[in-house]
Amino acid sequence: MIWPGNPMASALILFAIAMPFLYAGRKVVHDLFRSIGHMIGGPLRLGARWLFATARDMKERNKAVLLAHGREEVGQHIEREFERIGALVTRDLEGYPALQRKLLEEITRVEEDYKKCGEVPPPPPEWVEAVTAIAKVKSDGNEMVQRILEEIKRSVHVIHDKALAEYRRASESRHKILNGFMPFWRSLDKTFGQVDKKLTGLHDTSSKIDAQMEKYEQINKKTERAEHALTVSAFTQFAISSLVLLIAVGGALVNFKLIALPFSEMVGAGDYLTSTLRASDVAALVIIFLETTMGLFVMETLRITHLFPIIANTSERMRRRVFWVAVVFLFIFAGIEAGLALMRDMLSADKQALVQSLASGPQAAPPDPLLRLIPTTAQMVLGFVLPFALAFVAIPLESFIYSLRTVGGAALVMLVRVLGFLLRILGNLVRQLCKVLVTLYDVTIVLPLVIERLVKAARSGGSEAESRSVKRAA
Amino acid sequence: MGAIMVKRLLLASLLGLSVSTCTDQRSHTQAVYMLIDTSGTYAAEVGKAQRIINYLLGTLQSGDSLAVARVKTRSFSEKDIIAKVTFDSRPSQANAQKRAFRDKIDAFVKSVGGSAYTDITGGLIQGGMFLNETGAGRKTILIFSDMQEELDKLTIRDFPINLKDIRVVALNVVKLKTDNIDPRRYMGRLEAWQKRIEKAGASEWILINDIEHLDRMLQS
Repeated sequence: MIWPGNPMASALILFAIAMPFLYAGRKVVHDLFRSIGHMIGGPLRLGARWLFATARDMKERNKAVLLAHGREEVGQHIEREFERIGALVTRDLEGYPALQRKLLEEITRVEEDYKKCGEVPPPPPEWVEAVTAIAKVKSDGNEMVQRILEEIKRSVHVIHDKALAEYRRASESRHKILNGFMPFWRSLDKTFGQVDKKLTGLHDTSSKIDAQMEKYEQINKKTERAEHALTVSAFTQFAISSLVLLIAVGGALVNFKLIALPFSEMVGAGDYLTSTLRASDVAALVIIFLETTMGLFVMETLRITHLFPIIANTSERMRRRVFWVAVVFLFIFAGIEAGLALMRDMLSADKQALVQSLASGPQAAPPDPLLRLIPTTAQMVLGFVLPFALAFVAIPLESFIYSLRTVGGAALVMLVRVLGFLLRILGNLVRQLCKVLVTLYDVTIVLPLVIERLVKAARSGGSEAESRSVKRAA
Repeated sequence: MGAIMVKRLLLASLLGLSVSTCTDQRSHTQAVYMLIDTSGTYAAEVGKAQRIINYLLGTLQSGDSLAVARVKTRSFSEKDIIAKVTFDSRPSQANAQKRAFRDKIDAFVKSVGGSAYTDITGGLIQGGMFLNETGAGRKTILIFSDMQEELDKLTIRDFPINLKDIRVVALNVVKLKTDNIDPRRYMGRLEAWQKRIEKAGASEWILINDIEHLDRMLQS
């Protein structure tokens, strides 16, 4: 310390001594700060640029994968719709010739009946002309003529009554025929209704295909709208499948609880794989995983999921064999689990009895046999059913895996962008910091700088005065 | 694309499995050696000791070991071990062993008689040897005593003992009449034992006087 007991004054004196040296090294120090700024800020900015470029590439790659997956999915959807239409056409339109024949027959019959019921006026009898001629005959009070005319009148009346009765009978039979029309009309109406319904169904399916085709075209054109729709769909699928998988994990945990204790009876409870993981627990978990795998194979062979292309590509016969093998294994596992659940119940009861006998308190009364039977049965049923329930995990698992690619990709892009942004900010911050340091350095040596400015001003003032006097003399 | 995803998942799970399937060679079992003081008036406390043993039987798992020995005039002997067992890895067999062990202890409690002297050190040495032989991961000696050691003239116990990596738990350390007159005697006795046990390399020294809180007894 230059001034003992006064650090402030000592520091000031040291600063005053150091000031000329600081002034002398000003340019070097400025260059140093700038170099440091470039040295740190440059790579940071470069890194940020690289990260942004990587994020762009990743986004492009994600888009390509998303569109490819979407194309595949929509393609499958369209294929399924076509299959549905094919089945519809085979089922409904295959019967169309028969339907048409039936319709024609019914129409012909209706036509024939219609013709039958047409009102045909009775033909004028041939003797009408004769009657007309007779009517023109003048009786003139001739009794003979009168009698003949009377006779003719009576005969005409009889014939008229007969013709009228015949006409009424014919009308009645026509009405009966018309009445018989009704079932045919109803049948025709029903048949046409069926045809209409089927054609409407066909039209609906065609509309669905049209919508899917439009989607397919948009995917092929790689439009923003298609990408956005697919991304949203993937996020929704991810959320739903995660939820269902969580429920499945809950089921698996229940399953694990059911079989972990009896497994310790089989493989021993004293072996540990890690400090907290027992071999018996791992064995129980392996059984659960095997059940899930068998379920996966069942779903694959049923072509509900498409996780293993090799299974989808096998022959129909082989696929059926794999299906039955997986189903048999599932049944075996279910049977084993039901047995283990029973064993667990027995072990728990034994442990409970031991604990009660060890307790110094009063012994509890034995429970009702029915009450004991209900949980035992429930455990056995659960043990049998859960493997089959776990088999269905394959469906949400597939959705989860596919949507994870999109969601994970998007999250990764976001992360890379955030990193790039942070690096850019850091780079700028370093460069600005170096500029601030340069200014601060100048502030520290402000006194020599002021002197320098004054000297420069004085020099320039003198030279200007000299040049002015020279000019005047000239 | 799906196949690639599945391959990646399989690779990740294989990697995880290979890490997790490295069998842990350390022993995860625990061994407990319980010393029961049967000298003088303390022999009347043996009922409490029985409760503690029953608690141990209810708590210890398959693969664990348990031994109960009595502390009498000279306790450095296998003959003083009343019952010992290593529980079978099968829970059903372990339960049967626990029942048999309980029956042995019941018989001992009915026939226990007081001894003239109290050789706690001999019991500790015997216990340490037994626990080391079991090879258990966690070893505990429970001393059910008033911790007042009284040796006859011929018995030599004033030498360092080895209780490395063993937890020592003193249970039900009752106050003697003399302790009531001068509590410093009680404190001093406990302090002396703690020092001796820690000097012997024990991992922990615990005092539990309230046997309603036995859960601390086996905690590591």
